Amino acid sequence: MKQAIQLDKVCKTYGKGHTAVQAVKNAILTVKEGDFLAVVGPSGSGKSTLMNLIGALDVPECGRILLEGLDISHMTESELAQTRGKTIGFVFQQFNLIQTLSAKENVMLPMLFQGYSAGERSDRAELVLKQVGLGHRMHHKPGELSGGEQQRVAIARALANDPKIILADEPTGNLDSKTGKDILKLLQDLNKKGKTIIIITHDQSIAKKAKKIVHIKDGVVK
Amino acid sequence: MIIDYFNLSFKNLRNRRTRSFLTILGIFIGIAAVVALISIGQGLESSVAEQFENLGKDKVIIQSKSLGPPGSASGQSLLLTTRDMEVVEKTKGVFGVVGIVFKTGVIKYRDELEIAFISGVDPRDDMRFEEVQAFKIEEGRFLKPDDKYKAVVGYGHVSGGLWEKPVDLGKKIEIEGVEFRVVGVLESTGNPYDDESVLISKEVMRDIMNLGEEETQLYAKVIQGEDPVEIAERIARELRRFRDEKEGEETFTVQTAEQLFESFQNILGILQAVLIGIAAISLLVGGIGIMNTMYTSVLERTREIGIMKSIGAKNSNILSIFLIEAGMLGLVGGLIGVAIGIGLGKMAQAIAYGALGSSLLQVSFPAWLIIGALVFSFVVGCVAGTLPAVRASRLKPVEALRYE
Ligand SMILES: Nc1ncnc2c1ncn2[C@@H]1O[C@H](COP(=O)(O)OP(=O)(O)OP(=O)(O)O)[C@@H](O)[C@H]1O
Ligand SMILES: [Mg+2]
Repeated sequence: MKQAIQLDKVCKTYGKGHTAVQAVKNAILTVKEGDFLAVVGPSGSGKSTLMNLIGALDVPECGRILLEGLDISHMTESELAQTRGKTIGFVFQQFNLIQTLSAKENVMLPMLFQGYSAGERSDRAELVLKQVGLGHRMHHKPGELSGGEQQRVAIARALANDPKIILADEPTGNLDSKTGKDILKLLQDLNKKGKTIIIITHDQSIAKKAKKIVHIKDGVVK
Repeated sequence: MIIDYFNLSFKNLRNRRTRSFLTILGIFIGIAAVVALISIGQGLESSVAEQFENLGKDKVIIQSKSLGPPGSASGQSLLLTTRDMEVVEKTKGVFGVVGIVFKTGVIKYRDELEIAFISGVDPRDDMRFEEVQAFKIEEGRFLKPDDKYKAVVGYGHVSGGLWEKPVDLGKKIEIEGVEFRVVGVLESTGNPYDDESVLISKEVMRDIMNLGEEETQLYAKVIQGEDPVEIAERIARELRRFRDEKEGEETFTVQTAEQLFESFQNILGILQAVLIGIAAISLLVGGIGIMNTMYTSVLERTREIGIMKSIGAKNSNILSIFLIEAGMLGLVGGLIGVAIGIGLGKMAQAIAYGALGSSLLQVSFPAWLIIGALVFSFVVGCVAGTLPAVRASRLKPVEALRYE
């Protein structure tokens, strides 16, 4: 099977001098296509940093990162944005929806940056919103939706450009356990349909549901 | 694509209605002022152009430069007189010349008194006054050579609120205490000063007002085919010799109708430039306001920028979003400004109509003015938004996402 993600001795340091924090140290990691990986580790261990590097939101100081065989370590800003938009779908703990836009408009936004026409965007947004069970809430603003519903909108948005990889940074962290389970179920369904999923979590019960678990401590991936 | 960005920007602006409105205040005051000033200026220019058109291009106007009060020694000596008129008449290329005396005088009709312009004309002139000044008779007739105590009144005496009862043909009016009979009414020229004037025989006027040989204005008509500018120079030369004045120190001016119009245009142009300069300050302040608002907006929406980058927005996409938003602020300001400007222009026209009782001032709003104003306001917005938009586009995605 093809490799979805390959990290080769990747490191990332924040700050300079004696306040410098090495958030990720020589990380080596391979994720196969169609995998479902859970990343666990204590707070401040570098999970989010790792996730941002994989998602092309940040660039490593050393090492190489391959996404779908493509080296993103030395890409220009606009190439990074392009890759991010096409191959990655992000789901965040704080949902990170744009408050002034409706659910549907939020889902349409990633497609705008990929240059899809208004008609295509509208059709696809409705489709993915129905897929996450929000067909009846499309025109509501995030403020009018429950936490679980907002996270579903975020997942729909992550699916908008039909990316191969979904990165979820503590997607259930702001939800009660019942809603959290629903969201996890949704991600598992997506995994069954072929998406490669990486989920960061503190919740052991969620981690156990993953196909693989990776531990990270003080920036070291094990 | 771009239309979606406009959509997005519009939503953002609508979400911050009050702030957006306050931001564009400076823009729309500036644009309103510019639109109103230019339209009024255009209106003035075209109405004056029309007046000069009536006068004709083959006319040369000679006036005294005298600023001294009438009757004072300095004033008196500089006045044009009948002898100057003879000099002009004899100048080669001049078809004929008409001298007119203007004075304000008291007119009594029934029991009312009014102050109006009295024009003394010579009905014997070969070249008739009506021909020179392009006055046309509405009713009755013009002055005849041997008319003495006869008057032709401007249209304003018949209609318009000058008198309680209109001055009709055949009625008697008193000018400076002397009775005149109205034999003719002039067509309206649109110019209130013309319309409220009264024409009488120059000879009689000099007599009843104790005037000497003075002439207020001389109108020379150039022989067909001659260049009025050349003839004007020749007239000036002849007058200088006759009055013994050095070039550059003349006490009179000789201008062709066209030159007169040009000097009017110059004055109007300078006036407009000054006023528009002041309006430009408002636009500058408006631009700074937009810049300030956009900086605030970038700061407030840092997280939103991070989100957009995380879902694939390039720096250039973010730049466009903020630039368009700033441009829209300008454009909306421009739209309101144009609307207010048109309102102000129309108001000026109405006020002018009320004050002058004539539709002399016709403000116009050419397409270039309106489109230009809108494009300009959009550009002001974009320019003001450039720095904030660049800042927004350069935010690091991870840091922007962490921003609270
Ligand atoms: N922008 C930053 N500037 C400086 N230090 C940072 C920055 N981001 C993260 N760090 C530091 O890097 C280390 C790893 O942070 P990271 O956010 O990856 O941890 P995490 O495992 O996601 O923690 P949590 O479970 O609390 O989300 C921490 O020590 C953190 O303080
Ligand atoms: Mg984290």
